[in-house]
Amino acid sequence: MTVERAISQDTEATVRQHQEHDEAGNSKFGFIVFLLSESVIFLSFFVGYTIFKTTTADWYPEGVTGLETKEPLINTIVLISSSFVIYVAERYLHDKKLWGFRIFLLATMAMGGYFLFGQTVEWSGLPFKFQDGLFGGMFYLLTGFHGLHVLTGILLQGLMLGRSLIPNNYDNGYFGVEATSLFWHFVDVIWIVLYTLIYVWQ
Amino acid sequence: MTNISLEPIEIVRGQPYPGAPDNWKRFFTFSTDHKVIGIQYIVTSFIFFLVGGLFAMIMRGELITPEADLVDRTVYNALFTMHGSVMLFFWTFPVLVGLGNYLVPLMIGARDMAFPRLNAVSFWMIPIAGILMMSSFLIPGGPSQSGWWAYPPVSLQNPTNNLINGQVLWILSVAISGVSSIMGAVNFVTTIFKMRAPGMTWFRTPAFVWSVLAAQLIQLYGLPSLTGGAIMLLLDLTAGTSFFTPERGGNPIVYQHFFWFYSHPAVYVMVLPVFGIFSEVLPVHARKPLFGYRVIAVSSVIITVISSAVWVHHMFASATPPWMRMFFMVTTMLVAVPSGIKVFGWVATIWGGKMRFTTPMLFALGGISNWVFAGITGIFLGSVPIDLHVHNTYFVVGHFHYVLYGAIVMGIYAGIYHWFPKMTGRMYYEGLGKLHFVLTYVGTALIFLPMHPLGLMGMPRRVASYDPEFAFWNVVASIGGFLLGLSTLPFILNMVSAWVRGEKVGNNPWRAYGLEWLTSSPPSVENYEELPLVVSGPYGYGRSEPLVSNVPNPDLTEFSESLTPQEAS
Repeated sequence: MTVERAISQDTEATVRQHQEHDEAGNSKFGFIVFLLSESVIFLSFFVGYTIFKTTTADWYPEGVTGLETKEPLINTIVLISSSFVIYVAERYLHDKKLWGFRIFLLATMAMGGYFLFGQTVEWSGLPFKFQDGLFGGMFYLLTGFHGLHVLTGILLQGLMLGRSLIPNNYDNGYFGVEATSLFWHFVDVIWIVLYTLIYVWQ
Repeated sequence: MTNISLEPIEIVRGQPYPGAPDNWKRFFTFSTDHKVIGIQYIVTSFIFFLVGGLFAMIMRGELITPEADLVDRTVYNALFTMHGSVMLFFWTFPVLVGLGNYLVPLMIGARDMAFPRLNAVSFWMIPIAGILMMSSFLIPGGPSQSGWWAYPPVSLQNPTNNLINGQVLWILSVAISGVSSIMGAVNFVTTIFKMRAPGMTWFRTPAFVWSVLAAQLIQLYGLPSLTGGAIMLLLDLTAGTSFFTPERGGNPIVYQHFFWFYSHPAVYVMVLPVFGIFSEVLPVHARKPLFGYRVIAVSSVIITVISSAVWVHHMFASATPPWMRMFFMVTTMLVAVPSGIKVFGWVATIWGGKMRFTTPMLFALGGISNWVFAGITGIFLGSVPIDLHVHNTYFVVGHFHYVLYGAIVMGIYAGIYHWFPKMTGRMYYEGLGKLHFVLTYVGTALIFLPMHPLGLMGMPRRVASYDPEFAFWNVVASIGGFLLGLSTLPFILNMVSAWVRGEKVGNNPWRAYGLEWLTSSPPSVENYEELPLVVSGPYGYGRSEPLVSNVPNPDLTEFSESLTPQEAS
């Protein structure tokens, strides 16, 4: 074997190691790309909402004057706070403290569940339906589509919680948890824009 | 995500797979090998191309006489809707994804795509979505009749009152293909950003890879807008909302914005990889480096950026305010700048080169000439006064078919012929290839050129019958259409027979310069025995610098010695 060949094989080994090591990095990069793309769906709904609201003569259906903002605000605060809770959970996992991770992840799920519960209560008390004009359609479309994302986030968190019970599952990296956490932050940021658009701007 | 294929790597590494006679079954499995998936994409979408072409030929048969006599008007509506939808969503997008899938990991020196299983899932959605769309022929009321853009309120009509109607199946099918495209785009972007071989900097990355990246970025920012619009359209159709229903306060123009915000850039999703193919084929067959490689590479990304702000030029006649028309007219004209830079670069590449008029080269040159023509009529249509005059006429149809068939389909053919020896290890038959080229080029001109005078004379598109004054050009166009149908026969014969018993030509029959030609033909499952260390940029024809430092470089010399003047002519 020539020296050159030995060097190149050495490089090859390094390259392979690097690539295998970086698979989690690839996944994270890909997931961020996906979230950016997903945010454009929300963006197009937001743009649609804005266009409809600014160009429609009878924006609210008959008998509707606006939305109650107090209870949704509590909901909002709970959802935003849960972003910090899941961050704490991730830090615990980073420090290999599994019980702390589980407790804080469960707390996040509970807060997400409370948000969905509050959303359901709000929906059931509203005087307009999905079919009631552009406002009814856009309101239920935006909150419902976001609610589906919250539900997905909670299911992902449940999956990560279940996987933490498998021994040594998170010893060699925890991309799933990172992705779940990123997704949760994404859902929160979308909600802030959504809340501003629907509840604040009336 | 793991990077492991289904077989143990140690056993199969270094062994060619598709050429082995007992291995054809791989193409019918849920393989995670990007090369198998690439060929699955190409073959599946080509079958849909034939289906869409059949629809087109029935339409040309109808239009050969001014009266509506061959098919019913509603059938005609369904035919043009299905023709457009199949050709875009199940031929042009997937075939280019297939070529990209096959070539990008080879060109950047990677063993596979970043997410192989996701890649396989993306592929298998395409036949499912395609069959779903075709199945709308079997349900009461037939397929959607609202054209491939499904404008409301036409698309909201539901005469059968069934929940499952042609339009609903159309939306679901497009949604599935959209999910597939998004997953594919995430995969491509991650692969190109993260998996380039050591030493492959951005400006050592081939122009094809740049163009695929630029195209997939468009998918990522554009497709969600169409998805949003399609969700709202589906809700209007099934759940009783009124987003786009004018009689209940809705605004159908908003759908047009949602639709074109994606569907205009979608043209660049299709044409950019074809630009990449031109940029790869020309240097190989002209034996010269790609002229202005860096500028050509960057201009792809510039097209990505500008194309995000041109969509309203489809809506000049949709009560668009004048300031908006003016703005989008200027941005539309701007796209001509990066496109023109590319054409200039290609012409300069072949200028003074030792041209080999092989089939891929002929298709590339033919595609570029058609692209120039289509680009000029595109400038016509981008300017408001002319667009308002020819809006919704055959001029528009002629223009975008010159783009889609003249440039894109011919570019795809160029790519398939050029990399056929890499994919199969065998050479196609040059005579059949040239026959295919002549039939395609003449057919394209015969069918699509007459559409321009027809449009200027005022013949509207999407009609089954027309005034007899338009008869002459329609007869010419129909003859061209049948010629194009005929042109696929030598292609199929060529591909099948060459794959089975073509001459074995080794790893680098073109004496081409590029990472994909370092692998065996067909490449082994893991592509490279050793990942190449890249030390210089692509297209090193006529230069002495090596491409890679740790494995043998592509052999360019033998070609120039064996090249006789006759072959070069």
